[in-house]
Amino acid sequence: MDFKQALTHGFWRDLPPFRLVLGLCPSLAVTAAAENGLGMGLAVTFVLIFSNMFISLLRRVIPDKVRIASYIVVIATLVVLVELSMKAFFFPLSQQLGIYIPLIVVNCIILGRAEAFASRNPVLISMADGLSVGLGFTVSLTLVGSLREILGSGTWFGMGLFGPGFEPFGFMVKAPGAFLCLGVLLGLMNAWSRRRGEIFVQT
Amino acid sequence: MDLIILAVGAIFVQNILLAQYLGNCPFCGVSKKTGTAVGMGVAVIFVATLASIFTWLAYYRLLVPRGLEYLQTLVFILIIAALVQLVEIFLKKQSRTLYDALGIYLPLITTNCAVMGIALLNIKHGFGFVDMVVYSAASAAGFALAIILFAGVRERLFLAPVPKAMRGTAVALVTAGIMSLAFMGFAGMGK
Repeated sequence: MDFKQALTHGFWRDLPPFRLVLGLCPSLAVTAAAENGLGMGLAVTFVLIFSNMFISLLRRVIPDKVRIASYIVVIATLVVLVELSMKAFFFPLSQQLGIYIPLIVVNCIILGRAEAFASRNPVLISMADGLSVGLGFTVSLTLVGSLREILGSGTWFGMGLFGPGFEPFGFMVKAPGAFLCLGVLLGLMNAWSRRRGEIFVQT
Repeated sequence: MDLIILAVGAIFVQNILLAQYLGNCPFCGVSKKTGTAVGMGVAVIFVATLASIFTWLAYYRLLVPRGLEYLQTLVFILIIAALVQLVEIFLKKQSRTLYDALGIYLPLITTNCAVMGIALLNIKHGFGFVDMVVYSAASAAGFALAIILFAGVRERLFLAPVPKAMRGTAVALVTAGIMSLAFMGFAGMGK
């Protein structure tokens, strides 16, 4: 993979959570509002860029047998950093996201990129990979969040859209709506890739 | 009586998978056959309960007295990762049959957000020791229940004529949505 590919593959070819079916929990849990999706996406992007950087820097030092544990320590340190900064600077958002911020540690996208990419590539390209996958994730979460917020509460980033006559479709902001919304979006994406003649990967 | 209400609430009303969205990666990954779903479910009950006990003890006995609560995330994930390794080694030596049944699921559990999630929820709800054990076991049982039921549905789904674009994960997510809707019917029971 060259540099340009590393910088762009996160937006379509390996777009999480749709193409890489990883990181489903935050995609379902925090997307009841667009703002939460965006915040979560950016937090994950930050962790992903720097975890890829450190793991790539340490790739010749970390012994193969304990690599997963080492990756987890690196990731957990970064997540604590994010957690504390969010509490300090974005308190309302951090209250909204709740336990899903510490749960970034077990987000499989981050461990997945560390294992599949950063552990065998140089530093700059690994950071580019982290940036692109992270921003792809942010875009997806914001999209799902927007859809659910617009349908479920009639607002977008907290702004009222439809006036008082609109009856919100409350199902969308509850748990079943999250699953349904993600499933239908995934189906639409699959239909689009099939039309473009791309290979179908999920089983 | 309170404990029973707590348990019923954790299994059905606040189902860890379908109402709190934790542990969805294994939910979609290993729910294609009922057999593997049972294996995963049992492994999660076992590890989540143990992990909750250790993380709870670490939080209240080690971190709180020293004012180190902000290290919660780091300490919890290390405890869970170490515990999973230990359980794996222990089972391999002590109980070959159990190891063969659970073995391949154990490493996956380190990054299962249900285990970490339950540990964090215990602290967030401020449970005492007994409540914590009951809540953890019941939440993990809720996970097992959901994944086993879901695997049953998916086995049938495999034979159904699903539109091509919806095959695989897409239809699985929609199915999970419908199951989640069914579980919403339990709201009001328990706490």
